[in-house]
Amino acid sequence: MYRYDEFDINFVNARVDQFRDQISRRLNGDLTEEQFKPLRLMNGLYLQLHAYMLRVAIPYGTLSSRQMRQLAFIAERFDKDYGHFTTRQNIQFNWPKLEDMADILTHLADVEMHAIQTSGNCIRNVTADHWAGVAADEVEDPRPYAELLRQWSSVHPEFTFLPRKFKIAVTGAPNDRAAVAFHDIGLKVKENEDGEAGFEVLAGGGMGRTPVVGVTIRDWLRKKDLLAYVEAIMRVYNLHGRRDNKYKARIKILVMDLGADEFRRQVDEEFAKIDAPEVLLPEEEIQRISAYFAPPDCEKLDDNDSTLDGHLKENTAFRLWHDTNIATHKIPGYAIVNISLKPIGGIPGDANSAQMRIVAELAERYNHDEIRVNYEQNLVLPYVRKSDLFQVWQELVDAELATDNLGLVTDIICCPGLDYCALATARSIPIAQEISNHFSDAGKQREIGDLKIKISGCINACGHHHAGHIGILGLEKRGQEYYQITLGGSGDENAAIGAIVGPGFSYAEVVPAVDKIVDTYMDLREEGETFLEAYRRVGAAPFKEALYAAH
Amino acid sequence: MPLIKDNSFTKDHWTALPDGLPLAGAVDAIISFKRLEQDWDEISLHNGRVGVLLDNSSDAEALQPYLDRLDLVVLEFPVFNDGRAYSQARIVRSQLGFSGEIRATGDVLPDQAGLMMRCGFDSFEVSGGQSLEVWQRAANSLTLSYQRNYPKVGEKPRHDRSERAAAILTDTDRAGAAL
Ligand code: SF4
Repeated sequence: MYRYDEFDINFVNARVDQFRDQISRRLNGDLTEEQFKPLRLMNGLYLQLHAYMLRVAIPYGTLSSRQMRQLAFIAERFDKDYGHFTTRQNIQFNWPKLEDMADILTHLADVEMHAIQTSGNCIRNVTADHWAGVAADEVEDPRPYAELLRQWSSVHPEFTFLPRKFKIAVTGAPNDRAAVAFHDIGLKVKENEDGEAGFEVLAGGGMGRTPVVGVTIRDWLRKKDLLAYVEAIMRVYNLHGRRDNKYKARIKILVMDLGADEFRRQVDEEFAKIDAPEVLLPEEEIQRISAYFAPPDCEKLDDNDSTLDGHLKENTAFRLWHDTNIATHKIPGYAIVNISLKPIGGIPGDANSAQMRIVAELAERYNHDEIRVNYEQNLVLPYVRKSDLFQVWQELVDAELATDNLGLVTDIICCPGLDYCALATARSIPIAQEISNHFSDAGKQREIGDLKIKISGCINACGHHHAGHIGILGLEKRGQEYYQITLGGSGDENAAIGAIVGPGFSYAEVVPAVDKIVDTYMDLREEGETFLEAYRRVGAAPFKEALYAAH
Repeated sequence: MPLIKDNSFTKDHWTALPDGLPLAGAVDAIISFKRLEQDWDEISLHNGRVGVLLDNSSDAEALQPYLDRLDLVVLEFPVFNDGRAYSQARIVRSQLGFSGEIRATGDVLPDQAGLMMRCGFDSFEVSGGQSLEVWQRAANSLTLSYQRNYPKVGEKPRHDRSERAAAILTDTDRAGAAL
């Protein structure tokens, strides 16, 4: 993984000092709250319902054991002993104090981490496929490009006061695990006809009030043109994105208003003015950064491991976990271990300091010291030998981290909602907990199969409800929470926005409604058909019937 | 309004001339872009220096035919978080190669001044209560930067095609810039 050199370290430290000074000027009144707000936001500091919240970037979702331990330390020392992994490869601390903030940032800087641009109308933490470098279907590891973009966008002089926040995601595989079509800019590494790897560039995707699937504005871009082309997009957006209405300020609205063709023309025109793109992103730099992401020294192993097979035969609980939580590795004899942060009835994405330390420990002992965080609010150990899987599982069981539900109905994505968030219109976490309890039966979950439920506590859609197979959006009407349900959304390479199934439901009606939707699917599905496939075949009608027909 | 240039208060030699008032004598006059376009024949013969005020929804490239005759371009920040003028300054300085003064006016705050300098601004109209000490500290608080194709804080604005430097730091830059 990427290691800071002296420059990176000095940069992050200078940024902390700068913020320390800004905090003290706020405290002595030199800065008004209005003037301070964008400064603290650009350092990841929000004011929430009950307290400040600090959002720390986990660039492209990669963490070392040392970094994970430092997060555990911060949770223990400055928070209530836990942290919340978000849908954007960040971790949030919900209870830090303003006076501790600069110290926390110093502790983060000590392990090459920061909270720069995790908020504010700037280029946010760049996200990537959490199986980067290990997935069997990958063209190329996308993380070097995410790291290049992270550096390039850090305190960018021109693009720090954009019309609105700006999110970039990169994937290196045809199966899109980074939801690139739901980002302001989505990048897919792909080969052209000559077999040269470059990028397909999507723009104008996003969730929020107006969900839009991004459009391809460039079929294939040379790698060395990456920064020049992104700069061109940013300049067009910075100059022409709407600033009169914050709900219309994202780049998706500009792309829709201009039309994809006109937007593309303007970007190309700007791109043409930036001369010598290869100078902007020298090949040596791509090479230098890529070297950090070279795969660790993996042993030459047989893909079949007889001890593993033995354990799988003998131990049912292990086998069930193995079935759901293990993914195929590109190196023989290795496996990708997914650690679910969705215990039955728990808060999606939360981990306490003890759990963070166990994961750090496991990564160190069994996994080349590397942990991944994904936007589905789970963790990944990407390099575990098959022969170690049983041992790893046992330790996860002890730490209550062996929930065997990856991709199943209880693997719910959920934003903080009204329990924490100042913008929320309804609770989301308790809904997730109740659904999880309702479907707690392991056998039933497996019978249902792949099903992604995603819950947001307001229209901002941090819980990605638009992309949920079943999406739940918490709203408020006359002082009462109510919930809109959407069906058929998807965040993968066949991205789709869920359609609202009908009138909303009260808090108490949500679980029964989800139950009816699931039952309806199970009744009508054909052999081997997933929820999403079935929905795409039959449409909303049978679900509407089940939910709303008078009986 | 106090004017800051090179990290200190400085006397403003320019006079903002409202549209309609005659352009006479050898005054250094700031006029609107609209007037610049309309009265170009008259303006080009003016004895004093000429500066233009361009609002932040106008196309900065439209200045190109006039730049040789201009000594000052004034760009606006109606509120500090409306960042269009950063791109306008970048275009004027770097794409159009303007070597005169680029001035920021409006809601110009010390914490943004470092970014403004890097985009090509070199003078700042600030509000009355601004303390120079706070300005200097805030404006120069982050002197390290990743984008080689923009000047660093405190470096002279580049009016050559400075894109001819990498948009990120290269290995050599890193070694040299680390401290
Ligand atoms: S979706 Fe709304 S409630 Fe949930 S985290 Fe985002 S802003 Fe807060």
